[in-house]
Amino acid sequence: MSGAPAIEVRGLRRVFHVRQGLFAPPRQVVAVDDVSFAVPAGSVLGVVGESGCGKSTLARMILGLLPPSAGEVLVDGRRLSEMDRRARARLIQPVFQDPFSSLNPRRRVRDIVAMPLVAQGSISRAEIARRVEESLSRVGLSTEQGTRFPSQLSGGQRQRVAIARALVLRPRIVVCDEPTSALDVSVQAQILNLLAELRRELGLTYLFISHNLAVVEHVASEVAVMYLGRIVETNESEALFAEPRHPYTRALLASVLTPEPGLGVPDVGLGDTMPDPANIPGGCRFHPRCPLAFERCPVEAPRTTPNGAGFVECHLAETA
Amino acid sequence: MMPSGDRSAESGEGLNRPAENASLLEVENLRVTFGGTAAVRGISLKVEKGETHCLVGESGCGKSVTSLAVMGLLARGGKREAERLAFAGTDIRNYGEREMSRLRGDRMAMIFQEPMTSLNPAYTVGSQMTEVLRRHRGTPRAQAVDRAAELLGRVGITAPGLRLGQYPHQLSGGLRQRVMIAMALMCDPELLIADEPTTALDVTVQAQILRLLAGIQKELGLGILLITHDLGVVARIADRVSVMYAGEVVESGPTAELFGDPQHPYTRGLLTCIPVPGKVKRDEPLGSIPGIVPRIPPGYVGCAFRDRCPHAHAECSGEIPRRAAGPGHEVLCTLPAGWPEGRMGRQAA
Ligand SMILES: Nc1ncnc2c1ncn2[C@@H]1O[C@H](COP(=O)(O)OP(=O)(O)OP(=O)(O)O)[C@@H](O)[C@H]1O
Ligand SMILES: Nc1ncnc2c1ncn2[C@@H]1O[C@H](COP(=O)(O)OP(=O)(O)OP(=O)(O)O)[C@@H](O)[C@H]1O
Ligand code: SF4
Ligand SMILES: [Mg+2]
Ligand SMILES: [Mg+2]
Repeated sequence: MSGAPAIEVRGLRRVFHVRQGLFAPPRQVVAVDDVSFAVPAGSVLGVVGESGCGKSTLARMILGLLPPSAGEVLVDGRRLSEMDRRARARLIQPVFQDPFSSLNPRRRVRDIVAMPLVAQGSISRAEIARRVEESLSRVGLSTEQGTRFPSQLSGGQRQRVAIARALVLRPRIVVCDEPTSALDVSVQAQILNLLAELRRELGLTYLFISHNLAVVEHVASEVAVMYLGRIVETNESEALFAEPRHPYTRALLASVLTPEPGLGVPDVGLGDTMPDPANIPGGCRFHPRCPLAFERCPVEAPRTTPNGAGFVECHLAETA
Repeated sequence: MMPSGDRSAESGEGLNRPAENASLLEVENLRVTFGGTAAVRGISLKVEKGETHCLVGESGCGKSVTSLAVMGLLARGGKREAERLAFAGTDIRNYGEREMSRLRGDRMAMIFQEPMTSLNPAYTVGSQMTEVLRRHRGTPRAQAVDRAAELLGRVGITAPGLRLGQYPHQLSGGLRQRVMIAMALMCDPELLIADEPTTALDVTVQAQILRLLAGIQKELGLGILLITHDLGVVARIADRVSVMYAGEVVESGPTAELFGDPQHPYTRGLLTCIPVPGKVKRDEPLGSIPGIVPRIPPGYVGCAFRDRCPHAHAECSGEIPRRAAGPGHEVLCTLPAGWPEGRMGRQAA
């Protein structure tokens, strides 16, 4: 075992060119903007942040499914760009947000789960059948359900299929992009308990994307908060939830809807307009929505200030 | 047949005439089967004008099938039966595809659990959104584009011009979801059926969308049937809640009552497995309800939860009575009212 981080990204950036119309010049969307971090082996990095802030784009680059515009990804100390597909698949596997579009509707569940094994090219049929069966039962699916098509399963059952497929090659790292957001709470609890158990037993490392902060708090050892393509705060999970420093992190935590009837839906003071990723504000990119913004915020980008085990990018943290 | 575009014609004649103060949506004893699977087993529920009724329950319990059955959009092989299925007082059980498609997207709109079910990958967001208005209302293109841009703005999408020109695959999951919400609102529907509408969204946007829906609801008296597994959302916005299990509503009641005095063991179990920030410890398993929803063959008798229920007893394999537990509060369970907390043995943690 090398002492290298399970995942390391350096100066990662991804730009999309979006055409507005036939004659309008394409606009640049900077989905991920100069992001660097390392995930130690065996830990769970939770990634949270607003819809469209670049979480899935980040995940797809780490999985090697999307080439970065700049920067690099190292998995287990090795450059992802220099690895072949099969080696990559044995090391890192995805579980995606949308179990409907990520499963081939024309294949039976057991064939979907077998796909990564088949793609390896060197595993016997009997071994494939055995490992598919093992993987299915691990996630609580029956042999009978293995013969069904995805459309014959509920959303939650489909997400189990996706997890079974991700585990079948026994990877070291699993990138989970909203793995439980389609599940009701009791199944979510089962799946989270399962993921935790698998992590302990198999020494897995997770990159765990979720908008459910309660879930992230439960599973993550470290948390990264993204805003408009940048990580604006990271820390050990406990510290981040106990003492959020960035105003955006604070707004996020305040938006959590606890199950208390009659409290209504809070207005956390971020305003009603969402940021335009094709037109990222100057200075601190959060300043137009920040309830605490002051003179410096629109003119000067905040530095990366060390904070606990991580960092925060806010002028208030620099002066504090 | 009804002349197109004339709403008043839908009131029809005689028996089918809507009552003055009819519920917006009335479902009585709805059943849906797929071959050997009974997906929905006798569900009754109502949505009043201006009301939010939340449907919660285990994955696979039939929430989506219920909403699809109401919209007349069941997948091939799905068979629907009901004693009553009325929209604004008009029974729509015998509506054909033409009549249903005239209602859908217009007076009753749906936000699907799978965004890609209603977004066509081959067309831009703009052409799909304007198509709804043009088809139902014959609205001229330029006006429809304005309406689409306005709604995208209201669901919090800046640069609507940019988004209108994009294809669904170019949008993040959350943006797609917001586009779907905007699209559902294009014709000012009276009933909105929303299947997990904020699931793909982070919490700040979720809060914003829920506030937006509440605003539109107040403005237009919109009735909402909201399917979600997020009990936080339910607690904060529902007027009424129906808890489903294995194709049945096992408990329903006013929100405060259901959270404050849950009666069904399944409802109680659910409420104990929510991770609440500050209360969950990492590396400790969450509370969960062991087991999975059984497959229910048609003709199944007894409580479907009995294999997982810590309080199951002999009577649970027979007919289960639906008992009143308070005003508008009903439970499908053999346990007596106010059954002792002491029997909740397993929930010590
Ligand atoms: N087209 C179909 N053919 C056969 N069975 C189906 C079909 N669609 C749904 N089912 C079954 O009907 C049951 C109810 O499914 P439904 O999609 O309504 O669940 P749900 O409550 O919406 O779950 P989730 O929370 O996971 O979305 C499930 O057991 C499912 O497997
Ligand atoms: N293929 C693409 N072409 C053009 N723009 C894209 C593409 N994929 C993503 N984007 C843009 O990049 C930005 C980040 O998208 P991404 O999917 O990474 O967000 P996200 O954080 O995963 O959001 P969500 O929580 O909604 O899933 C968005 O503005 C999105 O529109
Ligand atoms: S730098 Fe300024 S605008 Fe940005 S988060 Fe901090 S206070 Fe708010
Ligand atoms: Mg995403
Ligand atoms: Mg569903």
